[in-house]
Amino acid sequence: MDAVTASLEVSGLAFAYPDGHQALFGVDFSIERGERVALLGPNGAGKTTLVLHLNGILTGGTGTVKVAGLPVGRAHMAEIRRKVGIVFQDPDDQLFMPTVREDVAFGPAAAGLKGAALEERVDLALEQVGMAEFKERPPHHLSFGQRRRVAVATVLAMEPEILVLDEPSSNLDPASRRELADILRSLDVTVLMVTHDLPYALELCPRALILSEGVIAADGGTGELLADEELMRAHRLELPFGFDPRSVPVPGARP
Amino acid sequence: MHVPDGFIDAPTSVATGAVAAAAVAVSLRGARRELDERTAPLAGLVAAFIFAVQMLNFPVAAGTSGHLLGGALAAILVGPYTGVLCVSVVLLMQGILFADGGLTALGVNITNMAVVTTVVAYALFRPLVKLLPRTRRSVTIASFVAALVSVPASALVFTLMYAVGGTTDVSIGKVAGAMVGVHLLIGIGEAAITALTVGAVIAVRPDLVYGARGLRQRLQLRVNGALVDAPAPDEARDGARTAPVAARTSRRALWISGLVTSLVLAGFVSFYASANPDGLEKVAADHGIDKKAEEHDYADSPLADYGVKDVDDARLSGGLAGVIGVGVTVAAGTGVFWAVRRRRSADDVSPVSTSV
Amino acid sequence: MGAGHAHRLYRHGHSPVHGLPPHTKLAATFAFVVVVVSTPREAMWAFGLYAALLAGVAYHARVPAGFLLKRLLIEVPFVAFAVLMPFVAEGERVEVLGMSLSVSGLWGAWNVLAKGTLGVAASVLLAATTELRELLLGLERLKLPPLLVQIASFMIRYGDVITDEMRRMRIARESRGFEARGVRHWGVLAKSAGALFIRSYERGERVHLAMVSRGYTGAMPVIDEVTASRAQWAHAFTLPLAALVVCLLGWTL
Repeated sequence: MDAVTASLEVSGLAFAYPDGHQALFGVDFSIERGERVALLGPNGAGKTTLVLHLNGILTGGTGTVKVAGLPVGRAHMAEIRRKVGIVFQDPDDQLFMPTVREDVAFGPAAAGLKGAALEERVDLALEQVGMAEFKERPPHHLSFGQRRRVAVATVLAMEPEILVLDEPSSNLDPASRRELADILRSLDVTVLMVTHDLPYALELCPRALILSEGVIAADGGTGELLADEELMRAHRLELPFGFDPRSVPVPGARP
Repeated sequence: MHVPDGFIDAPTSVATGAVAAAAVAVSLRGARRELDERTAPLAGLVAAFIFAVQMLNFPVAAGTSGHLLGGALAAILVGPYTGVLCVSVVLLMQGILFADGGLTALGVNITNMAVVTTVVAYALFRPLVKLLPRTRRSVTIASFVAALVSVPASALVFTLMYAVGGTTDVSIGKVAGAMVGVHLLIGIGEAAITALTVGAVIAVRPDLVYGARGLRQRLQLRVNGALVDAPAPDEARDGARTAPVAARTSRRALWISGLVTSLVLAGFVSFYASANPDGLEKVAADHGIDKKAEEHDYADSPLADYGVKDVDDARLSGGLAGVIGVGVTVAAGTGVFWAVRRRRSADDVSPVSTSV
Repeated sequence: MGAGHAHRLYRHGHSPVHGLPPHTKLAATFAFVVVVVSTPREAMWAFGLYAALLAGVAYHARVPAGFLLKRLLIEVPFVAFAVLMPFVAEGERVEVLGMSLSVSGLWGAWNVLAKGTLGVAASVLLAATTELRELLLGLERLKLPPLLVQIASFMIRYGDVITDEMRRMRIARESRGFEARGVRHWGVLAKSAGALFIRSYERGERVHLAMVSRGYTGAMPVIDEVTASRAQWAHAFTLPLAALVVCLLGWTL
């Protein structure tokens, strides 16, 4: 793998919280540009901790994270934050401005965009998630699914190199879940999707990583990993009742 | 204790305004070293929290109630500079939004409730933490003492300000007796709440307590089976930890003298208070403070939730009233700021070091 | 997350006063209060004129008198103090209705009451016609240091979180039959305060992480430029200038 073309490269990442609880014990993986990868793992495996390292919110452990060849560190923090778009699990945490428009404009405006260019960027991002007509609405008046889509738009407006989604399908009804999947599939960016919704991972991501007890325990094709019953059991990953990964035709699988 | 417009004469208001502005300016410089990206919202939270606890009127003996000042809590949780800023912001917003404390009396209020409480509390807290054994309990005890003294100290400065620029001529003895007496009681409540809050925070999130930074253990990380020392980002910024020994002893002398001064001050305060049990103290207790307590009766529980709508009523807790004093504040303020500045001489070395 | 939505002190409206840029209103309010405070207390008629000026602004802003008067209640504890003054102040005394009152105390009480009330009324009007977010923007425009504006905006954001958590905790406490009465209950209240702090922090921390993730570095990015024209400044300063005229008359007459 070439370090320059990889969208994301993590090596030897270890981290403990100030209270002494260690969450990551040396994580290594790398994601190529344009890949869609699922990061699977049980609760408490360190998934969210890992995500917070990707744009330098958590630092102070050992190991390196590189985004498009750029090491995450104080020197390039603004650049890194623009390149890594994180969609948090709870859209209410992500949407803090009084209107959808201002919320989507927040990131690009912080990066210095103004006037017509800013407006254009906002429109485009809302267009991408199909929320253009909600531009002037207050986010807290939208449905949960709509709010999550706006949350994705707030990140897309920054034109990220890699889109990181933390549990994108949680709390969504089946229709919203499918709409979000369609949106994600239509985007031309590298995607890292943190989830324990295994069918969703299979549907969207050709490749999967399993994070368990603070290390990457497996890395391979999503279908193959999900079919490996022993591996799944060892890492407390369970498929929904009656779901057989081998019987699912994977839509839009990449060659 | 919020001073309204017109209570203090113009020259004194201007003078305290200048003191407050200078203190805020110094704090802005100092706060840059205390705050990083993760602690900035903490400062906001502390401000909001102080806003809330100032509404939280707790019962003081015999049906009276008082409100907390929060300066000690701010200093301990986010550091003295940021603490001054937090309380100042609270006072500013109270003045603008809730008309609690006059806009022209902002200098008086900031000097009194932001600068004095924060500085006195931190000046007591740091040496105590250093002298006591390095445990969490010590931090809690030090918080208690710091908060306990900070409130009557603020009341005393209030009295001094009144002596200099009060627009009415109530005798200083009466004002001092009333203010300090009541605030000694409030100080006990403030101490209890501060100590328990700090104690609760340090038990769960020790990283959020600025005043206890020195107590943190160096973390060890297990990476692929091997134990590695975690880089310690805060070590560099705590000048006292890395300072040479000689500097440390002289600093300790400084702190001890500060401590003794504060204790003498506290002793004087209580003596004064008990020497004047009559006069305004009694009048205020019979009329003013009782009145205040009555107004809060509808709020059943002192921790009652006043939605923002009710705040305008709840904020009635403003105050006995105000006074201004310049000299002492300037001296105390600059003295402690000077000391604190010297202590943190080491510049912070880039604490973000993910790359190895 | 309710930051920036209308606060309850705010009265929604589209009056000319609502429409003024926030920094002009802030500056005008401050100037007005300064003028009021520097008026000699003997010029009683001047304070009447100030009150009339404020009433004019309130009318202009379509803030009903009832709303304004109710908000003035904030002053009550302080009024109680002012009422005491004639009794306890020193100096020459007069007999009124059989009570011995201090002359300087009476003047002092009047001085504090008049100036305090006008100051409170001016702030109430400002808060009633300006949204929180606008106020912060206004403070920023008036060159308040960005760090202070940042702390203030976080404070307001956390204000909602804390109020919310406080309500939940109070409900939890009361549903177990707790009611604070006297010193014995300080411990419970203080422990609540500690828990409240951590709960609020951890909820608010996530919002902050989301902001930081989108390039927030301390100052809210400017999305809509707010500028004040000369006419708007002039408009806003009608109040303090009129007050200044009154004040100067107060000194000369």
